[in-house]
Amino acid sequence: MATGRDDFVIAFRSAFLKKKDKQKFSLLSLILLSIIIIILSNINFKPIEYVKIGINEIIYRFSFVISKPENYIKKLNLKFSEHFDLFENYKNTKSELENLRGKQLTNNYLKLENEKLRNLINENIKSDEILAKVLIDRESPFLKSVILNKGTKDNVKMGMALIDGVYLVGQIIEVNYTNSRALLLSDLNSKIPSVLAPQNIQAVISGTGKNYGIIEHTKDDIEEDLSKTDTIVYTSGLGGIFRPGIPIGKISKNSKNKIDFFSDFTQLNYVKISTFSIGDKN
Amino acid sequence: MSSLNKSTFFKVFLSYAPLIILFLSVFNEFDFNYLKIENLSFNFIYILIFYWTLKSPDNLGYFSIFLAGIINDVVIGTPVGISSLCYLILCLVTAYIRNITLSPNFVKDWFSLLFTIILINSIHVIILDLVFLIEINYISYVYNTGFTFLFYPIFFLLFNFLSQAISQKKND
Repeated sequence: MATGRDDFVIAFRSAFLKKKDKQKFSLLSLILLSIIIIILSNINFKPIEYVKIGINEIIYRFSFVISKPENYIKKLNLKFSEHFDLFENYKNTKSELENLRGKQLTNNYLKLENEKLRNLINENIKSDEILAKVLIDRESPFLKSVILNKGTKDNVKMGMALIDGVYLVGQIIEVNYTNSRALLLSDLNSKIPSVLAPQNIQAVISGTGKNYGIIEHTKDDIEEDLSKTDTIVYTSGLGGIFRPGIPIGKISKNSKNKIDFFSDFTQLNYVKISTFSIGDKN
Repeated sequence: MSSLNKSTFFKVFLSYAPLIILFLSVFNEFDFNYLKIENLSFNFIYILIFYWTLKSPDNLGYFSIFLAGIINDVVIGTPVGISSLCYLILCLVTAYIRNITLSPNFVKDWFSLLFTIILINSIHVIILDLVFLIEINYISYVYNTGFTFLFYPIFFLLFNFLSQAISQKKND
């Protein structure tokens, strides 16, 4: 019994404490270093924050450069498939355009009416946008985020909305000097205060870790309301983070609370980082 | 003379191949952890580190593994240090297996990998969920563990081939 224990101790010491010929660091010291780094990254201490920002800056740039060949192949593949689907796309786009022309007329009228009503209550929405390029969109099943090429030097701040075309796609969660990270709507940790139209129901939209979102925190008998017609999800503006009325996604009649996001998060290339303020006209 | 230089370059390149693959995997956008196929994901880096630290630790230094973990955390966006810790725990297990094993057995190694990934993913979940309060999908971790275990034999064969090429070049 004692011999068995001795064997274990010898194996343990040889494996964990001693450095091998070609190893410059012992395993145990590196594990301790990792634990110290985890603890330090959990502390909001200024010098550590600066070191973190520095490391992020360097690694993001390296990752962007190393991913270039792969991105080129991806783009080439996309171009080929687009080329082959050209005629089919043309037919779809043509019918969609006719549809949209009709809708635009109604929209123009609603826009004018909205502006008139805001003037009546002396309210003004001011919004600024910064155009950014997606540097890295490496997703994991555990965290959905993208890295953008704009940071504090371009006035990017935490919490700003990320917009693809006119659709909301995420929110800035980390800002470095020349780049920033945005959490996508599909991430489990993304919670967006929203309004469901045409029912006019307030809800919080959460990501699922997959390509769709779900409704969280809303009224109890919502399923009945959603089963009657297709529903569009917009930002509600509650909480003051996002401008109200940014389209997020669509819930089909029979999809049981499943939100299909309007934007394809795997194809993000250029996005707008947006901030807004609601104030008096004066 | 030229062919000699060529051969030396190739020899050096081959001996660094595991290291190059490791750093390309952590830096690159392409990730086996996210294959865009429903529930199919596996951790290639775990397999790579497990194989090379078990079979040929001289080709993959612990400090490089530590550094790769830091880079992986920064690129993915998880709190810095977690991946390093997980990768080094993997090394810890392989170092222990290497020390207690007299005659290597593929099946034993394979099941040790399963045990180790379960341990590592549990640590990963505990740190993310309980310490950093990041919401995570437990099911995706279960699938990830299962597929990493299942894909090991394929990469075992590929890495064996590479390992043989490295040792052949070394003896040339």
